[in-house]
Amino acid sequence: MSVDYRALSYEGLWKNNPALVQLLGLCPLLAVTGSVVNALGLGLATLVVLVGSNLTVSLFRHQVPEAVRLPIFVMIIAAFVTAIELLMQALTYELYLILGIFIPLIVTNCAIMGRADAFASKNPVSAAVTDGFMMGLGFAIVLVLLGGLREALGAGTLFSNMHLLLGAWAQDWEIVLVEGYRGFLFAALPPGAFVGLGLLIALKNLIDRRLHARKQPDSSAQSASSKRVRVTG
Amino acid sequence: MAMIHLSSPHVAKANSTARVMQLVFLATLPALLAQTLFFGWGSLIQVLLACSLGLVFEALSLWLRKRPIIFFLKDGSALVTGILLGLALPPMAPWWVITVGMFSAIVIAKHLYGGLGNNPFNPAMIAYALLLISFPLEMTRWNSPFVLLGEGWAVPDFAQTLSFIFFSLEPALLDAYTGATPLEALRNRGALTTEEVWRQSAVLSEGVFAWYGVSAAWLMGGIFLIYRKIITWHVPFALLITLFVLSGLFYAGDPSSFADPFLHLGVGATMMGAFFIATDPVSCATSNRGKLIFGIGLGVLIYVIRTWGNYPDAVAFAVLLMNLAAPFIDQYTQPRSYGHTRARKGLKGD
Repeated sequence: MSVDYRALSYEGLWKNNPALVQLLGLCPLLAVTGSVVNALGLGLATLVVLVGSNLTVSLFRHQVPEAVRLPIFVMIIAAFVTAIELLMQALTYELYLILGIFIPLIVTNCAIMGRADAFASKNPVSAAVTDGFMMGLGFAIVLVLLGGLREALGAGTLFSNMHLLLGAWAQDWEIVLVEGYRGFLFAALPPGAFVGLGLLIALKNLIDRRLHARKQPDSSAQSASSKRVRVTG
Repeated sequence: MAMIHLSSPHVAKANSTARVMQLVFLATLPALLAQTLFFGWGSLIQVLLACSLGLVFEALSLWLRKRPIIFFLKDGSALVTGILLGLALPPMAPWWVITVGMFSAIVIAKHLYGGLGNNPFNPAMIAYALLLISFPLEMTRWNSPFVLLGEGWAVPDFAQTLSFIFFSLEPALLDAYTGATPLEALRNRGALTTEEVWRQSAVLSEGVFAWYGVSAAWLMGGIFLIYRKIITWHVPFALLITLFVLSGLFYAGDPSSFADPFLHLGVGATMMGAFFIATDPVSCATSNRGKLIFGIGLGVLIYVIRTWGNYPDAVAFAVLLMNLAAPFIDQYTQPRSYGHTRARKGLKGD
């Protein structure tokens, strides 16, 4: 069976994006996207867990009995999350302290469980890994976009404290957008995350509609908003 | 009793949104007058600024949404939002505060939800809560009433107020004209008892009647609205009575740690909230029984948040929370329709 990598990438990055379309994993998405560095840290951690869990689930897909598959998936995911947590403690301890409870909570991210159950347990390894990578990347990109938006609005900076994640060479990446910015606390607090995510989803739907209208110029009246695809119960 | 007998049909002239908004506008005039009288020109400038910004943002959103611009601008709802927000803000807040506020009220709280009639929350209160959370310093710098500023009518004059609002000049001078509001004085009293803070704090012992004056003006406007049947009595009276009884009970139990009930009714945004904010026909409960529950909930929330919460005044937060509950209240207070033995409760019946 050949694997259509292009279709998998398009699904993960755009059409079935975990954050913008499936609306999965909203808890970490909304909680830690106060700045680019936090968002990128959590996005990368989720990406690694997603690839790892998809790989493992796909490898063992013929051995796992149907009735107990969910507990087994949870244990596989938890094992990867534990590994990531220990890695972050060792390598990026300050960021680990900032992200706090949301690192262990990656276990409960429905996007990961959803991909394990809906895709990896039914597909060969190469497809499962590609799917995990693309879904994780789609999730991480939205996380970073939202983090950037909220950091710019909330604090007037971009890429501050990037050295917490990337080491000393990222020390002076910080861009101050507005000198003497007073700060807009709303954007930095969770309500700002909800509004920001809503705006990003609206933007995606708008682009989809424009693309659709361009494809079929005569049927511009019909709505082409993307449908939410449920992959978990 | 009406002595002139008219034969049917007794058709009254239909109320348009524009007419309702005109009457609400008229009813806010006493409060605008009182606030200008007691606190200086700031409120008037804020209201004018808020109204013009409201019209601009409304026109912009309508244009983006491809709706008829003039038709919706004429309903005046943006003006009423502007007046209410302008009067709720500190009179000498800088211009960008009200700009952010009107943007979030009109664009985010109203048009992103589908325009007037579809907004689940009161736009002016969304803006107020957002501003209070985002700019705590600017939002708590309320003018001192004129009695505390030395002899005579010592409120800052018109030109000075303009320079405070638009150029943020001389913040040190601004401090001379601002002070704690009564609710803040009570909140930040430290270990003092209510009686002690009342004696020591000038804003309570001398200045509090300025707030009572503004509240009386709101009350007048509110009674006018009830008289013209723009609003019903249910929400305001349920709110005021609940707040009065609740604060009265606590005050009777321990007068040195709780504020007296008249203070709760007379200062802060109680009267404005009760008659002008909570009665918003879009975001309030619908049936009369529902409105009573809505008002009682507001009264309880205002008292609880004022007394034990983090912010000195609570009307905006209470209104937003009860707006959230309004659909739920509506579902369980749906009146019995004629011919049915009992009310249909939610999804149960068919």
